[in-house]
Amino acid sequence: MMLLAQYTIIFASVLSLVALGGCFSEHSGVINLGLEGIMVMGALGGAVAMNLFPSTNAFVMILTTVVVAVIFGMIYSVLLAFACINLKADQTLIGTAMNMLGTAVATVVVRSINTSTDPNNVSTTLQYVDQKKLFLVNINGFEFNWFMIIALVILVASYFVLYKTRFGLRLRACGENPQAAASVGINVYKMRWSGVLISGFLGGLGGIVYIMAGVSEWKFEVGVAGFGFLSLAVMIFGQWKPHRIALAALLFGFFRALSNVYTGFDFLAALNIPSQFYNMLPYIISLVVLAFTSKNSAAPKAEGIPYDKGTR
Amino acid sequence: MNQTKKSFLERPGVQAVGAALICVVLGLLIGFIVLSLINPAGAGEAIMTILLNFMTRATTAAQLKALGNTLAKTAPLLMCALSVCFCYKVGLFNIGAPGQYEAGACAALFAALALNLPWYVCILFAAVAGALLGAVSGILKAYRNVNEVISGIMLNWITLYICNMVLSSEAVKDSTSPYSKDLSQANPSSIIPSAGLGNLFSGNKAVTIAIPLAIIAAIVVWVILNKTKFGYELKATGYNKEGARYAGMKEKRNIIVTLIIGGALAGLGAAFLYLTNYTKWETTATSVPGMGFNGIAATFLGGLNPIGTIFASFFIQSITDGGSLIDRMIYPSQISDLISGIIIYLCGFTLFFKYIMTKNKAKRAEKKIKTEKTKEGGNA
Repeated sequence: MMLLAQYTIIFASVLSLVALGGCFSEHSGVINLGLEGIMVMGALGGAVAMNLFPSTNAFVMILTTVVVAVIFGMIYSVLLAFACINLKADQTLIGTAMNMLGTAVATVVVRSINTSTDPNNVSTTLQYVDQKKLFLVNINGFEFNWFMIIALVILVASYFVLYKTRFGLRLRACGENPQAAASVGINVYKMRWSGVLISGFLGGLGGIVYIMAGVSEWKFEVGVAGFGFLSLAVMIFGQWKPHRIALAALLFGFFRALSNVYTGFDFLAALNIPSQFYNMLPYIISLVVLAFTSKNSAAPKAEGIPYDKGTR
Repeated sequence: MNQTKKSFLERPGVQAVGAALICVVLGLLIGFIVLSLINPAGAGEAIMTILLNFMTRATTAAQLKALGNTLAKTAPLLMCALSVCFCYKVGLFNIGAPGQYEAGACAALFAALALNLPWYVCILFAAVAGALLGAVSGILKAYRNVNEVISGIMLNWITLYICNMVLSSEAVKDSTSPYSKDLSQANPSSIIPSAGLGNLFSGNKAVTIAIPLAIIAAIVVWVILNKTKFGYELKATGYNKEGARYAGMKEKRNIIVTLIIGGALAGLGAAFLYLTNYTKWETTATSVPGMGFNGIAATFLGGLNPIGTIFASFFIQSITDGGSLIDRMIYPSQISDLISGIIIYLCGFTLFFKYIMTKNKAKRAEKKIKTEKTKEGGNA
């Protein structure tokens, strides 16, 4: 039971972080389908940081990992911002390209690192067994992870920024009606760049949290297994609002956690359902949920449409 | 002046090819830079290996055999690319193609190994399975407003696990390995016939009539999209859903039909690979096969034209195969995925490249008009 709660919360943290990233980007008017790729890059950054600068001090280790992951995510999101905001490229296409590219880049980098330390090592796996322990605090069998607190703080901060600050109001204006926003002197390009960069920040962070959630090594060939897209489903289910996203993330996180720990429950193990079914569960739930919630979507009105100064 | 005759750079065909070439050259250049960063000594040779692929083999016979392998894998890739291309023309981004491909593989292998059916029935099974999956995305899009990209991705993963479950059954899976059974032993009638094509490629058994069938499919897709009322209606729906409805077209039906056709194409693609007995399905697979995603690359590189897609598919498959030939102890073979990724990313800029090609001409024309006007002004 403790284990289920622990996994639910850590997966919910990942989903809410990345979904909030998508939320910022979409509120500014740019659909970020590249979140999956951004997560991979964040994960890569974090894992490389843990490998190259191992530290025994928990605070230093967490700080370097997070900072590098976030920087990787933000740098990678520039690809989306530049193509979609400045060159008005198709946002779906660029997002898809970023997902493919992210996994390819991560695989190439990790393999090169592995081969450079040991010429016979051609795997695409990075390990961080000792480093990971610094992130955990054991409280009566519940493995508390510092990332949980970070996710909570970011959740509250996102709500505050989006709804209580001038920046948030302007950002949302650019996603609803960029022409109207421009007419009162808001720089739409700058706002959309900030939206995408924030999503890079949060996506990168989500990526490193994801690969450290259940295991102490990651095979970069598999990317992040559709988690970026699950986060987008969470965002849609959460109606682009931080507090609802948090609840949606908990629901999805629960089903994802089930696939990790179902063998620990006697009644579930007794049902003798193949493990493949539990692996499918989060994706099935998200399809069903989307089928019932997409009809009355509260999506920002101008999302997906490139902003052109000339059209009024 | 001759306003009707467009200059060379303004012709749409030339622009599409030009933009594709720019993408390819830039993609290869970046690939070369990455290779140089890993190990500068062999980078030039490695990039040439990727580019030349089968040409690097020593003898002509070996070259032909390798070309045959690449062609055998181009057929399924082309089908996936056609699936994406067809849907994109109707305004739908069929990122569910990998899932439809998986469904096709699952149905084809199940029909071949568990039901012992001949190849042409297995192919039908694959098409129907892909179409069904496409229909799910289509219905969700038309009636529940679910973005086809999100539903496609979810279905990719769901289908992967379903496939693993179905193909793990005793009738299909080899008892000693995680792979599906060898078709040539279990059910030779399910292998797509070669019709003598294999002999052209040094007796390569992977070369079958699947290759010409895929090319015919490309031509059929081109005809449907450009020469039929049905295709026109679908494209109209893609341009403007509301407008199509206003003109009396059933826009919801069109969306569903499009994804059904797209799904069938991708499903057929899987049959074209797995029924040649070239590869087997791995029932412990944990990642969605790259074939469908490479199809997206081929589509956009082909300038969203079914005929252009044939060449683009061959190129993408060729560099993917070339990537597996480079020295694995020095360079990761995934460098080809990296190059395809960069190429798709750059394809997003196609509009921008075309704009630059037209802009030069427009600038000159503008200058001309200006000078003429000032002359007129001077005369008056």
